Formats: sequence, C-alpha cells, structure tokens
Amino acid sequence: MPDLRRAGDDELTPDAVISVRGLRKSYGDVEAVAGIDLKVSRGEIFAFLGPNGAGKTTTVEILEGFRTRSAGEVSVLGVDPARAGGAWRDRVGVVLQESQPETGLTVRECLRLYAGYYSAPRDISETIALVGLDGKAGDLTEQLSGGQRRRLDVALALIGDPELIFLDEPTTGFDPSARRNAWGVIAGLRELGKTVFLTTHYMDEAENLADRIAVIAKGRIVAEGTPETLGGRERMAALVRFTLPDGLGADGLPEALRGLVRSAANGRVTLESRRPLADVKTLAEWALERGLDLPDLDVRRPSLEDVYLELTEERA
Amino acid sequence: MIGLVAHQARFDLLSFVRNRQARFFTLVLPILFLVIFVSVFGNDRIGPQHVKASTYYVPGLAALGVIAGSFVNLVISITAQREAGILKRRRSTPVPAWVLIAGRALVAIVVALAVMTVLLLIGRFAYGVRLPAETLPGVVLTAIVGAVTFCCLGYALSTAIRSADAAQPMVQAIMLPLYFISGVFIPNVSLPHWLQDVAKVFPVQHLAGGLRHAFDPATHGVGIVWSDLGVLGLWAAVGLVIALTRFVWTPVAATG
Repeated sequence: MPDLRRAGDDELTPDAVISVRGLRKSYGDVEAVAGIDLKVSRGEIFAFLGPNGAGKTTTVEILEGFRTRSAGEVSVLGVDPARAGGAWRDRVGVVLQESQPETGLTVRECLRLYAGYYSAPRDISETIALVGLDGKAGDLTEQLSGGQRRRLDVALALIGDPELIFLDEPTTGFDPSARRNAWGVIAGLRELGKTVFLTTHYMDEAENLADRIAVIAKGRIVAEGTPETLGGRERMAALVRFTLPDGLGADGLPEALRGLVRSAANGRVTLESRRPLADVKTLAEWALERGLDLPDLDVRRPSLEDVYLELTEERA
Repeated sequence: MIGLVAHQARFDLLSFVRNRQARFFTLVLPILFLVIFVSVFGNDRIGPQHVKASTYYVPGLAALGVIAGSFVNLVISITAQREAGILKRRRSTPVPAWVLIAGRALVAIVVALAVMTVLLLIGRFAYGVRLPAETLPGVVLTAIVGAVTFCCLGYALSTAIRSADAAQPMVQAIMLPLYFISGVFIPNVSLPHWLQDVAKVFPVQHLAGGLRHAFDPATHGVGIVWSDLGVLGLWAAVGLVIALTRFVWTPVAATG
C-alpha cells in the first residue's frame, strides 16, 4: 500500500526553523508579496534585505503570526503561525519595528512583567547584562535613550529564552556607535545558539551579522546567498584604481593591463580585473621600474552595497 | 491563570500610579469638582429628595470618580498603549488576550473604588455627609457594577479612537455633557423634560442615581435600585459586544 502522506521538508531537513513556499499576500489589487520561498536553518542569522515597501515587513509579520497570508505554505518551528497559540509563542521572541517601552516601569520591572508570560524565562539580571543595560536596570523606561530602548526591546524578546528571534529593522534611526553596540548584542545571540531572522535595509548590517542573506524587491526574492556570494559577487571583477603622474597616460601601461582599463581621466585610472593578484603584480613591476610609487593604489571587490543596489534597482 | 491576571494587574497598577496625568484626571479632578460644587452651593437643600447639597453632591461626584477611574483612565491608557505598539508586543508573547484585558480591567475597577472611597471620606470629614451603614451593600454593588460597565464601554470606545492624542478630548467631550444632564453637576430636575428623558437612556444617570438613592437618609433596606443596575448591565453588554467584535491589538493610525 503506497504511503499517501507527503513528506514535508521539515521531516527531510529537521534543521529548518523557518520554511516558506509560494508565499503570497495581496492588499486589494496590490501584491505586496508575490510568491516567495525561504528556508532558515537552526542557529543561523538570516538577513532579509530590501528597500522600504519591498514586502519585508509584510513577510516578517506573516511569519510572526500577526498577519494572514493570501496563499502559500508557511512553517515556523514546525507550526503554521496563522494557527499558532501560546505554546508556539513561548518559543519565539519578537522585536517589532516600531514599539515603545512599557510606560511607568523600570527596565527590571518590564523584564519581570514579561518573564511572567513565559513558561521557562531566563534570569532577569543576566538578560539585562546581556544587552548591556546593567547600569540602567533601575531606570524608568522614559529615561532611556533611543538605543537603550531598542536594547530593552531585545531583552524583552529574549526573556522567554526563545529558540527563534525576529528582529525587524532593529537599528533604524541609530547613530553609528549605537548601531555598533546593537550589532554586538545581535552577534551575541549566535553564541547563545539562537536562530535570528533579521530584516534590515542596511547592507553593512547584513554583511556584519548574517550567515545568509535573501534580498526582496517588489515582493520577489531577487537573490539569496552568503554575504560573500550574494548576487554572484565572488565572480565579479575587482576594481584596481591608481593615479598616474602628469605626462603619463593609460596608453603607457603594459600591454596586459591596457585591455582592462575601464576609465582613465586626469591620470586617474580604473582597471577591471578578474585576476587581481597577477594584474597588480604586473602593475607593481611596471611602476617600480619607472620609480613610480602609486601611493593611492586601491584594490576593491564590488561591495555588497554595489551588488544590492544593482539587484534592487533593476526591479525598481 | 488567575495568578497571571494578578501579575498583569500589579504592573498595570504600578504604571498607573506613576503616571502624573492619569493621577490628575482620575483622582485630583474629581476631588476638585467635589470641593468646588459643595463650596459654591454650601448647605442649601436641593434636588428631588430635598437633601443637603453636600449629601446630594457626594454620591453624584462619587459616580464621576468611578467613571474617571474606570472609563477615562482605561480609554486613554489602552489607546496610547495600542498606538505605541505596547499591546502588539505583549501579544507576541504567550500571554492570553483575556489575561491582558482582565488584568487591566481589574486595575480600573480597583482604582474606581479607591477614588470613590477617597471622595466619600472627604465628604464625611470635610462636609459632614453621613456615610450610610445600612445601605453600604447598595453603594458597593452599584459602584462595582458601574465600574465594570464603564470598563466595557471604555474598551468599546477605544476602538473608535485612532490616535493617542485624540483620546483625552474625545472622552471629555462625551462625558462632560452627560455629567451635566445626568445630575452629577446640577440637580437634573431643573432641566427640561426632554433632556431628562435623554439622560435616562445613558448609564451616567443610572450610576449617579443608584448611588444617590443609597445615600439618601430616607432610604431604608440595602439601598439597591435594581432598575438602575439593569440599565447599567445593558450598557455593559453593548460595550462588551462592540469590544469583542472591534477591538484590535495593533496600531491603527500607522496602518490606516
């Protein structure tokens, strides 16, 4: 007798914490999410990247169980979030994109309130220390800075000791040093073995934190990969840039390099190189023979930002 | 689960007590009204029962205190919490929705009874209003039914308010005219009949009337007016139905 049960992907890959197939969400005629697939494995920091209005928040709110979907299959921790209850929420932590702290309570009181909601909460003092609010435990939330409030949000999402944490644009509006601090906290979640689903529109944030990245634009996934390989980045040419002294043009460069010149204006030369090490060696030998130093020599692979802008602008 | 309601109520109460605006509108303002009205009208004999002004005003303003503690306080705080994403974040945890609602309503009822008690004590010691011993069950039961009713109405009204800034003016715009026509500020026998009939439809009149009956020196027995409680119960049911069908946990202003 044939086995009529279809083996779900969760059984085949027990490490999948989030698994999404053919997810769609329409508002009237507008399709905010136009059929996406996602897979997030246990213990990874997954960055979900896209411009404002690309469908990021809609997707994450469906995964969090705050919105219903129009079509598709969604499994988060083996459960459909649209039908999930308290037992599921006990295993999930959420940092919302926009939420203000509880009013009239201290940091410690907020955590005590939330700890009461969960079956097996973490230690309160330890959680406060984890997000770096040790010195602020007795302060009312109204006295916290924007960055400190966000850390309190993270602490509240962690207090239930969840397996999976959603962070929706956790550093939007931060100054650079507050962002660095927040990144330290998020990287610390990896040490705790948590799975993190991070949405952001900051490229450097994804590059610094994520194990894997998916880029969404106009409701579709346009690229997926590690920060190193996203959008074919590892196969793209490197840019070699330098300035030649007055009187020396790009046509004076060695034969092997002349074909690589992408631009040369006012002595400022940019080469496009697929073999950067060999090409730079050729350039260096040529320059040293002539007693040139090329002090502004710069070799750069396309940044993740370049890749991202290319991916999202094509669709915009 | 009952323990969780107490847990929630404890922190909601802490948050209320630390909020200066909430303290003013729920406790200081009713006391100010009491002092002003009794001072102005002194010890004239007024009202349909022809009692001393202070005996008339204390139960009427006790009704206002109950409404301030439950309705006003509740509408303003839950609208603000909803729009700030606080309710949404709480709902991202395993805490059941009814625990959040019951915990907050419990605080509103406790605060309402506390405000009423303060007003009664001021009436007793500053203005010599006799506190009813025999009709005490009527005072307490009417106040509790009133507080529960205005909690239900508070949750219902919050569904019609889109921003935290609009909550305070909206609540006052609804309640001030009702206080005037329901005999809280002025004895409503001096109002035209049609306006008295309008007042009879709304719950404020029945809360104030029920309390006033219990305070009337001429009242004997437990001091419960079942018809007033019945109207309050109907309003509670209406409020509950609206709240159950329309209440949302996520901000409404942002999503439009």
